[in-house]
Amino acid sequence: MSLMDDYNFAYLDEQTKRMIRRAILKGLAVPGYQVPFASREMPMPYGWGTGGVQVSAATLTPDDTLKVIDQGADDTTNAVSIRKFFERTAGVATTEETTEASIIQTRHRIPEVDLTEDQVLVYQVPIPEPLRFLEPRETETRKMHSLEEYGLMHVKLYEDISRHGNISTAFAYPVMVNDRYVMDPSPIPKFDNPKMEMAAIQLFGAGREQRIYAVPPWTKVVSLDFEDYPFEASKADHSCELCGSDSSYLDEVILDDAGNRMFVCSDTDYCRSRREAGHQGRLAGETV
Amino acid sequence: MYVAVKGGERAIDNAHAWLAEERRGDLSVAEMSIAQIREQLSLAVNRVMAEGSLYDPDLAALAIKQSRGDLIEAIFLIRAYRTTLPRFGATVPVETGEMRCDRRISATFKEAPGGQVLGPTFDYTHRLLDFKLAAEGEPATAPQSEGRTDPTPHITGFLQGEDLIQTEPRDETEPRDITRQPMSYPADRATRAQALARGDEGFVLSLAYSTQRGYAKNHAFVGELRIGLVDVEMEIPELGFSIDIGEVQLTECETVNQFAGSKTEPPQFTRGYGLVFGQTERKAISMALVDRALRWEELGEDFKGAPAQDEEFVLSHCDNIQATGFLEHIKLPHYVDFQSELELVRKMRREAADNAAAQEAAQ
Repeated sequence: MSLMDDYNFAYLDEQTKRMIRRAILKGLAVPGYQVPFASREMPMPYGWGTGGVQVSAATLTPDDTLKVIDQGADDTTNAVSIRKFFERTAGVATTEETTEASIIQTRHRIPEVDLTEDQVLVYQVPIPEPLRFLEPRETETRKMHSLEEYGLMHVKLYEDISRHGNISTAFAYPVMVNDRYVMDPSPIPKFDNPKMEMAAIQLFGAGREQRIYAVPPWTKVVSLDFEDYPFEASKADHSCELCGSDSSYLDEVILDDAGNRMFVCSDTDYCRSRREAGHQGRLAGETV
Repeated sequence: MYVAVKGGERAIDNAHAWLAEERRGDLSVAEMSIAQIREQLSLAVNRVMAEGSLYDPDLAALAIKQSRGDLIEAIFLIRAYRTTLPRFGATVPVETGEMRCDRRISATFKEAPGGQVLGPTFDYTHRLLDFKLAAEGEPATAPQSEGRTDPTPHITGFLQGEDLIQTEPRDETEPRDITRQPMSYPADRATRAQALARGDEGFVLSLAYSTQRGYAKNHAFVGELRIGLVDVEMEIPELGFSIDIGEVQLTECETVNQFAGSKTEPPQFTRGYGLVFGQTERKAISMALVDRALRWEELGEDFKGAPAQDEEFVLSHCDNIQATGFLEHIKLPHYVDFQSELELVRKMRREAADNAAAQEAAQ
């Protein structure tokens, strides 16, 4: 029996969930297109995952197992808070193990292990419009999408190169979905972009901005670039100092005021399972 | 061994417990009741009802208590609660012309049917701290007179009789519910009014002020400001007619603004309109000015690039719950994003240093 008996399963009423599911289906039918939806005022602040929470609420069934991560970690405060919300309002099983979860709600990361076709990845999105920083008006950007007018974005990338010698976008790196829509992958590091062609369904919820969009399994997702300046998925040039992985995305941790630092996997579940399998990094087992 | 920010759950529980203690404050000081807040902080209650868009003084008072007096937080509590309420239907539009006014003033006519009634206003108080309030004791009772029974017709009605002010087109279409449909632009006037009525008082006030200072100036006279109770009627399908289901306090402001007109069309005054729950006149006047500024296109005026004329700018930023949520979310961890920028900046600095070194060597 859920703690909040006064509320419906997963908090939202069934009509609202139906409305959100319609938006999700439309999003899946038109990959990368931002579907307006009547986002509700959730009992948590806008900007803190209300879009992702609504998408998860509309997707969850009582048999699902939910995993919630923020910055790749299960135990960051907002991930804890959202997981608790669904434990209370939906009573679903939760897990920290990526492979055990049927629905994974994430903020800013894609898990390191490949997701499967039985899984759904729900992203929390702050600003769904990839063109927003170039053109603040929704009336204009909607027109640009409908006309496939993405020249402004290419000019921006070009200007980056002429000024810095590099494309100076390191996260929320724009992608072209299914050869049609330029899409914001949410503020994931560009390291994660190549993973977006995956077996799982990817759903994106932006609550405050009232938009839902989606990438169906194995849809073509191309990070924008130029022939002579190809896209590069970069990460810190280190290996994880706990589990030794040299292919995972790393957080930099400052250890003292003498400038010592260490690099550890941002995906806490990935790091833990590697250590349990016997992998060891430089500082594994040490007290630092 | 290094353990990354573990213990989030315990930290959250402890923070909530501490918050509850802080909310109560010193236990030797008596606790405030909901009724005290409702009766003695009624303007705060009104603001929470207006921007929370839920008319319930007791719930608003509860939200103020729970939020430790942070009104935006209180509005947030009300909004989140409101979302979960079932919709029974819509009421018949309220008749503000039949308002039982506690306050009714006009800046355009010295005297008008229904009279000028100052009502319980701060307007002519001298802003001197009243130290008597720091002591115990009951205030002197205000003098009473017979309640007015005369009708109080709208001031703009007199101008309309002479055709001196534009007649607003009647629109019978069902207004959109901005809490049930996503906002899209351009928005109609009813939609704009809904967003402004629940918009942040400070934001709407500053926008209105900017129009007065010349950013899309539309010199406004307060044709009328009225505050009072109106009946709320609802049609009950089983009965086939409407019945009174209660009353609400409203503040209504109609401004009389400078005229439109051309060689062929004689000039006419135009108007701005504000209507807000409770005694909230600063907000209602502000809303009327912003409403008028947003009507530039409809009234054949130029877009002067002023913020208050820009519908998308005004409507997408007037909601304080959206604004505060997004603003405050930057407190959340962003270390993955920051790490990616850190790597990029390091890389670019390395390349710049290499280039400089290569140039130096070449010289």
